[in-house]
Amino acid sequence: MWLNRDIVSIGDLNKEEILQVIEKANSFIPYAKTGHPDSPLKGKIVATLFYEPSTRTRLSFEAAAKRMGAEVLGFGSIESTSVVKGETLMDTIRIIDGYSDAIVIRHPSEGAARLASEYSEVPIINAGDGAGQHPTQTLLDIFTIWKELGKVDDITIGFVGDLKYGRTVHSLSKALSHFNVNLHFISPETLKIPKHIRKEIEKKVPVREHLDLEEVIEKLDVLYVTRIQKERFPDPEEYKKVAGTYILKPSTVARGKKSMIIMHPLPRVDEIPVEIDNLPQAKYFKQASYGVPVRMALLDLILRGE
Amino acid sequence: MADDKLLKIEKIQKGTVIDHIPVGRALKVLKILNIDDDIGLTVSIAMHVKSKKLGLKDVIKIEERILDSSELNKIALVAEGATISIVEDYNVIKKFSVKTPDIITGILKCSNPKCITNSGEHVKSSFLLVSKEPLVLKCHYCEREMETEDIIENIQ
Repeated sequence: MWLNRDIVSIGDLNKEEILQVIEKANSFIPYAKTGHPDSPLKGKIVATLFYEPSTRTRLSFEAAAKRMGAEVLGFGSIESTSVVKGETLMDTIRIIDGYSDAIVIRHPSEGAARLASEYSEVPIINAGDGAGQHPTQTLLDIFTIWKELGKVDDITIGFVGDLKYGRTVHSLSKALSHFNVNLHFISPETLKIPKHIRKEIEKKVPVREHLDLEEVIEKLDVLYVTRIQKERFPDPEEYKKVAGTYILKPSTVARGKKSMIIMHPLPRVDEIPVEIDNLPQAKYFKQASYGVPVRMALLDLILRGE
Repeated sequence: MADDKLLKIEKIQKGTVIDHIPVGRALKVLKILNIDDDIGLTVSIAMHVKSKKLGLKDVIKIEERILDSSELNKIALVAEGATISIVEDYNVIKKFSVKTPDIITGILKCSNPKCITNSGEHVKSSFLLVSKEPLVLKCHYCEREMETEDIIENIQ
C-alpha cells in the first residue's frame, strides 16, 4: 500500500492513511532530535530538488531523512544545475531517478510533482508546487491538531486571513472534511474562500463564513491564522485597512476557550503580534517543529512500506 | 406540413449533420470547430428549432466535411448528447451521439497560466470529468477546475 507510493496531493490520502501517518509520526517524536537508534533507512538516498528556495521545508525534509539514517543529495536553488541550461523537468527527473530511492520536489509550476511522478520509478514527494499542493504541510497541520487537542474529530476550526490564495487553508480544509468537524472561514470580502473549494467541503461538513473573528472566537478549538499579502492589493491604502483589521489581538484570544490552539503556517509578518507568542494557546512554533517527525514517518512509510 | 417545417435546411449530399445541440450552443460548436467566414464550405445553422427530445435545439449541417474523433470529443464538451450523422449520397451512413469522455487528453489547454502543462515541458494536457451538468473538468496536473466558459476559451 505505502511502498514506493507518490505523495503528490493531500487528496491522494484517505482518512485512515492520514491517521496512519499521524500515529507513526507520534512514535518518532523521541527520535526527531536524536535520530532513530535503528537507522531504519540506512543505505537509502533521498534526493531533494528545490527549484525555488524554501529553507524550512527543505531543511526539515533533510533533517527527517538523516534522523532515519538515510543519505541526502540534491539542490536548494537551480543556479548551479542543468536547469539553467534549459533541461526540462522530465529529463532531470529521469536522471535523478537513477541516483536515489525517493525524490522530494519543490517547483514553481503547479502540477510539477504530478508530472514528475509520471517520469520517475522511485516515489515522488511533493514539497510544494507553486500555489498548488503541499501535502506534507497539511499532514503536519493535522498532526499538530491531533497532538495538541488529542483528537481531530468533534472540533471547531476557524481559518482567518487570506483564504482566497492561501493554499495551506485549501488543502487543510479539504483534508479536515474527512473528519467530523465544523469549519468557519473568516476573511475580508475580497479574500474569501473560493466557491469551488467551499462547495467541495460543504458536501461533507458544516461550513460558515464571517467577516469578523469576534463573531465566532468563543466557539473555536483551533484558530488557524494566515498572512494577508500586500501584493494581493492594487491599492496600498486598502491593504493597510484590511490587514489592520485582521491582526490578532490578545483581547480576542482572551475571549476564546482556554483550550483553544493558535496555528500559523509561518512565516508570519504582523498578523500575530509577538506578545501572543508567550500565551499557552500559541502553538505555531511547535507546529513547525512537528515537520520533522511527520516527514520521518512519511519517508519510512514509502521507503519501507510499513 | 410537418415535414416542410422540419426541412428549413436542405438535405446535404455529403458531410456531417450535428443535431440535438442544446439550444443556444450552435455558435459555440462552430467556434470550437474553427468554422468561420472563410471556411470555403457550405455550412447551415438552425437555431431554436422545435425538438421532441429537447423542447428546443440547434442544428448544424457541414457539407463536404467528415468530422474526426478529436473534433467529436471537442463537440461533446459544449454539446453533450448531440447526434452526429455522417451523410454520403444523401444517405445517413453512420449515426451516433457524442459523450464527454471521463478523461480528456490533448484538446484543451489548462486555464491556469502557472500550470506545468503551460511551462514549456513536452506534456499533453489531461483533464478529468468532475461533473457533466454543469460541465466541470479538473486538470490532472495542477488540479484547477474549469467550467464551461473557461473550457470553450481554451479548446485548442
